Amino acid sequence: MDILVCVKRVPDTAENEIGIKADGTDIERGDLVYSVNEWDNYAVEEAIQIRDKVGGSVTVITVGDEESEEILRREMAMGADNGILLSDEAFEGTDGKGIASILKAAVEKGNYDLILTGAQADDGAGQVGGMLAAMLDRPYASLVNYIELVDDKKIKIGREIEGGNQEMNEIDLPCVLSIQTGINEPRYVGIRGIRKVASLEIPTYASSDLGIATNTVGAGSAKVKRIDYFVPELGEGAEMLEGTLDEKINRLIEMLKAKGGLK
Amino acid sequence: MAQGVIAIAEQRDGEIRKISYEVVSEARRLADSLGQGVTAIILGAGVKEKAVTLGHYGADKVVVADDPRLQTYTPDAYVTVLEQLVKENDPAILLLGASTQGKDLAARLAARLGVGMAQDCTQFSIENGNLVSIRPIYAGKAYAKLTYQDSYPQMATARPNVMPLNKPDTGKSAQMVDAAFTLDDSVMKTKIVDIIRDESGKVDLTEADKIVSGGRGMKDAEGYKILEELADLIGASVGASRSAVDAGWRPHKDQVGQTGKVVSPNLYIACGISGAIQHLAGMSTSKVIVAINKDPDAPIFQKADYGVVDDLFKVVPALKEELKKMA
Repeated sequence: MDILVCVKRVPDTAENEIGIKADGTDIERGDLVYSVNEWDNYAVEEAIQIRDKVGGSVTVITVGDEESEEILRREMAMGADNGILLSDEAFEGTDGKGIASILKAAVEKGNYDLILTGAQADDGAGQVGGMLAAMLDRPYASLVNYIELVDDKKIKIGREIEGGNQEMNEIDLPCVLSIQTGINEPRYVGIRGIRKVASLEIPTYASSDLGIATNTVGAGSAKVKRIDYFVPELGEGAEMLEGTLDEKINRLIEMLKAKGGLK
Repeated sequence: MAQGVIAIAEQRDGEIRKISYEVVSEARRLADSLGQGVTAIILGAGVKEKAVTLGHYGADKVVVADDPRLQTYTPDAYVTVLEQLVKENDPAILLLGASTQGKDLAARLAARLGVGMAQDCTQFSIENGNLVSIRPIYAGKAYAKLTYQDSYPQMATARPNVMPLNKPDTGKSAQMVDAAFTLDDSVMKTKIVDIIRDESGKVDLTEADKIVSGGRGMKDAEGYKILEELADLIGASVGASRSAVDAGWRPHKDQVGQTGKVVSPNLYIACGISGAIQHLAGMSTSKVIVAINKDPDAPIFQKADYGVVDDLFKVVPALKEELKKMA
């Protein structure tokens, strides 16, 4: 089975303080530490496990600048066979719909049985997978937390749905799935693993290679535009309930009755 | 010209979901600032009678797509039908709930309609006659304000439990319309074969009115017993931080946070949770947050409304005892 996994380089929010540029047009990116979008690691791990079971290949792909190559290498160090970088100045400022259209063009150059994405990205909107599937007119399932291969034409998947329930579906191949965290445990990648793949060639495709008209992507054609950013107010912090344990409990219960909906 | 606001309502097992009323309420507010109308669309089998309530929350018109194949949500069937109904109504704004179903549906529907979309928004407004959507990014460390360029309908999903509900007015009745649509079996490429039901009897975290949540401070899986008991007393569901899930103390579906569930209950009690950004991203829109933690410097106290600095293994049992006396 040939599997394509869409990945993204994002600022590591756990490690970074996020500031807003003075003009409000973007976040301050200068000092940010970047890494692979966390959900994507689960998608890549799942792809590797499927390949190891039934054979085939795993290709990781991303839309980004040349710095995005490092995350492709990281995923290749995990075990992906190939990486593809989609990079073009014209792609800058592209919204979710535009990214999906760029990926679609790349998908059509290959022959993939299964396309995986992370369920969402830290700085994104959880929509590229669904849009890509609709553009390719392939079946799609989101929040997938279980995959079982049935045969060459069909797989069985579990989806996390509301009510704490899990929905089991049969879905025709080729299809697009967005992968939820918790489906597996992504393997650890050490420095040595990354060194091993350091010299592997990663092809880069620009808009002309993909047959994309540059006026259909980028900030100019984005359907959704970020016009402002702001940092939420921190608030005053908690009102601390002081006193002995009994006093704290009494105050807590008073508070729960007044504001916590306790009868 | 595109006009009016469409709210996509949701039902499960034939019951209208609360998120539907939230989306209709917000649609009403936006439509009022535009001086336009609200149309709610609902898909299901035999839901027309129940769908009347959408009018009580502000829908002028309720379009009901009734078909046995629409009884349970499937992306293929729902997208096919909604694409037709939205195009037919040609709205200026299209709102859905950012529920599991809504998010799944919205991305596909946006691509079919050829429009952009803002996912999981916490606030909307109308500026110069256009929709402005606000959504948290970077685990809630920042918010982005979004507008739409040459993209109709202006489309967004609303985070559950955030949009205030209108006071239902049973005297207000919407015009009920039976939708006409075509749905060919050949579009259904995904087939639901089974639903594995949660047997805990607890309300799902994303729908819970109250949540009691535990973190690393619970020490082990056994520690959650007191949280379960407290939750039973106050009618809450039990959540967990990521470190507790990673430690194997709780299942992944209980995880509250950036990579788990985003929740917005009226009451959130965080026990032994330090408040890493990853966790705060999943619960900071809760209405009232109570934190119980031994460490007075735990970041959770920044986000909480009320804090108790003490050993949770003393506080929670004592709280339980007092609540039992009251019962």
